[in-house]
Amino acid sequence: MTANDIFQMVIYFGALLLLAKPLGIYMARIYEGEQVPPARILGPLERAFYRICGIHPDEEMDWRQYAAAVIIFSAAGMIVLYLLQRLQGGLPLNPQRFPGVPPDLAFNTAVSFVTNTDWQDYGGETTMSYLTQMAGLAVQNFVSAAAGMAVLVALIRGFKRNSAGTIGNFWADLTRGVLYILIPLSVVYSLLLVSQGVVQSYSGYKRVELSQPVIYDAVKLDGKGGPVSSPDGSPLREKTGVKEQIIPLGPAASQIAIKQLGTNGGGFFNVNSAHPFENPTPLSNFFEVLAVLLIPAALCATFGKMVGDMRQGRALLAAMLLVLVTMTALCTWSEQRGNPRLAALGVNQTAGSLQAGGNMEGKEARFGIVNSTIWAAATTAASNGSVNSMHDSYTPLGGLFPLLLIQLGEIIFGGVGSGLYGMLLFAVITVFVAGLMVGRTPEYLGKKIEMFEMKMAALVILIVNALVKVGTAIGVSTAAGVAGISNPGPHGFSEILYAFSSAANNNGSAFAGLNGNTVFYNTALGIAMFFGRFWVIIPVLAIAGSLAKKKQVPPSLGTLPTHTPLFVAFLVGVILIVGALSFMPSLALGPIAEQLMTGR
Amino acid sequence: MIKTIRISCIALLVFTLFTGFVYPALVTGIAQLIFPYQANGSIIVKDGRAAGSALIGQQFDDPKYFWGRPSATTPYPYNGGSSSGSNLGPNNPELTKAVRCRIDALRAADPGNASPIPVDLVTASGSGLDPHISPAAAEYQVRRVAGVRGMGEAEVGSLVKSMTEGRWLGLLGEPVVNVLRINIALDKLSRKGT
Repeated sequence: MTANDIFQMVIYFGALLLLAKPLGIYMARIYEGEQVPPARILGPLERAFYRICGIHPDEEMDWRQYAAAVIIFSAAGMIVLYLLQRLQGGLPLNPQRFPGVPPDLAFNTAVSFVTNTDWQDYGGETTMSYLTQMAGLAVQNFVSAAAGMAVLVALIRGFKRNSAGTIGNFWADLTRGVLYILIPLSVVYSLLLVSQGVVQSYSGYKRVELSQPVIYDAVKLDGKGGPVSSPDGSPLREKTGVKEQIIPLGPAASQIAIKQLGTNGGGFFNVNSAHPFENPTPLSNFFEVLAVLLIPAALCATFGKMVGDMRQGRALLAAMLLVLVTMTALCTWSEQRGNPRLAALGVNQTAGSLQAGGNMEGKEARFGIVNSTIWAAATTAASNGSVNSMHDSYTPLGGLFPLLLIQLGEIIFGGVGSGLYGMLLFAVITVFVAGLMVGRTPEYLGKKIEMFEMKMAALVILIVNALVKVGTAIGVSTAAGVAGISNPGPHGFSEILYAFSSAANNNGSAFAGLNGNTVFYNTALGIAMFFGRFWVIIPVLAIAGSLAKKKQVPPSLGTLPTHTPLFVAFLVGVILIVGALSFMPSLALGPIAEQLMTGR
Repeated sequence: MIKTIRISCIALLVFTLFTGFVYPALVTGIAQLIFPYQANGSIIVKDGRAAGSALIGQQFDDPKYFWGRPSATTPYPYNGGSSSGSNLGPNNPELTKAVRCRIDALRAADPGNASPIPVDLVTASGSGLDPHISPAAAEYQVRRVAGVRGMGEAEVGSLVKSMTEGRWLGLLGEPVVNVLRINIALDKLSRKGT
């Protein structure tokens, strides 16, 4: 690692920590229904929204009603998004005249965006009309993120309330999240991004004349557009010249802002934030990767504020940072070392003042190594899944850390809301394990942790684990699954493992060489995403309901304090042990085997 | 239950109107007003005609031009309509083969240049549309470009220096040279010289 690598990491994490607290406290005030300054403008909008929808924001829900609202609202979103894609051919705002999306791909994409995963089996600029992108995908970017935050807030209320039957109103939490948090941040962010060169326009793609025509080998076509065969049956090839270049446009900035802020990650263009129109400069890159962790980090402060003890939030944030900073550094180190096979060819991979060096396959020159690896770690730690470099071309160890961050369960920051509710389950498990050690009833934030909570927390871990492993097992043992692999050897296994890890944990990033746009992967990954989201939300809300009913117990001499460095270390230990026990064997078959094959 | 379904449908509709139409329209309006150049693709105009986008790379393999990053887009390199990386794994023999081909092409275009080739000049970019190369990759090509054009190496070298964009505020990102811009500048210099 170079001094510059370390320097850029310090700037990034420094800026994140600086912004987390004020934003987090602002969010806590919103969810507690306080008057915030933007309410002067947005307040009337909020009230009008409630009136139109017939929502009574003060009507409290028990956990079953809350869960039903989350699921029915998501189901409605899925149906609408599916239909929008299928019918886009006949709908307006489609200047490229894209036809309707095929059923399996439309199913996959609908589940993907509603579950806040944003796994993409399609290329944006070749598949989706502007209407689908804006009115379908971007809308889910907002509401799926806000729904995740709502579930978290409900869980926090469970800890906070004393002998209560209810955990808040989903519709009010959802609306406030969109209106007061996501929209204002997105507007500011969109404009920052446009200033850097991210496109924002409704006109169709432009064409420009190339300075130097491109000559390439293409399959020769007959008058009807079919391939011409040579006498031996193989398709005939001919030199073809291209004189023009397509410049893709679209309302990209508005969508990129929310896909970064809402830990969605679904790109406007195929290569996501590696595309120069999606992420044109080092400054746009800084803003975008800051947005990945901004709300998840701030929510730790929201949590602390809402439970009335900022130290509790700080402890969770410290645990997250400890894991993330370590893995970012290791990933950077591995990528900066470069690819020994290219070194053998005499390629210069040494970092210096004139080049970033390292493993540059699949990376952009303006980002070099460290801005690519910070992104890779942040986007897999948070369940964002956007990329600014191609993870499939990472060195074996460089690719292992993003994969491991996903497999830890998307709790190191994690998705907006979903990350912290996952982390809180781990905190619960940690106090339980500690309780077992000393033979006392475990408690967290004054609530006794009993059989029911432990069952639900274990269920969450087991369900996601099973989805990843059963999915991967089916993938590698069926012809349809193996057909998607694009790289030979252990790397091909890693591609499938990464896909199911990403889908079940609702991350959405990919080893993109895997051809996922097949009936098998569209269906299998769609199912993994669905259960990975809702079979976690239901147990989490069940815990929230059960905790809310319990009495607050004042801390006694035997209570394990949950804000100390000791607890942070214990929590990280539990996370790493659960993660390592679950996934070490599969990692050994993939990236670790591959690393051993590189011979150093 | 019925009530929840009704609220879900209406809420979705209103959210769609607000976040799907009003929000992007608002952003587009402001963007087109304040940043029209950026919002419409940062188009470079040369002699009154659009010569490309400052942000989207073009394929150059003529020895008189600076070459950019190898591009993995299909069916031809730098296809602006379909961005893509190679997604080749580090141990994939296809990767080694492709890199060797690129090394051979660079060596053939500039026999006698024995300095090691900078990595970004022989590895495919993530987007396939990377508009930049590292200053090292530009300097590697100075000798060839100057030779083919009959210009002085010092002249081309100083052009590279003047076209190098440093880190943002000296802090963020990596220093780069925009390939399309430097090639347009080269053509202009050559025309002046003759």
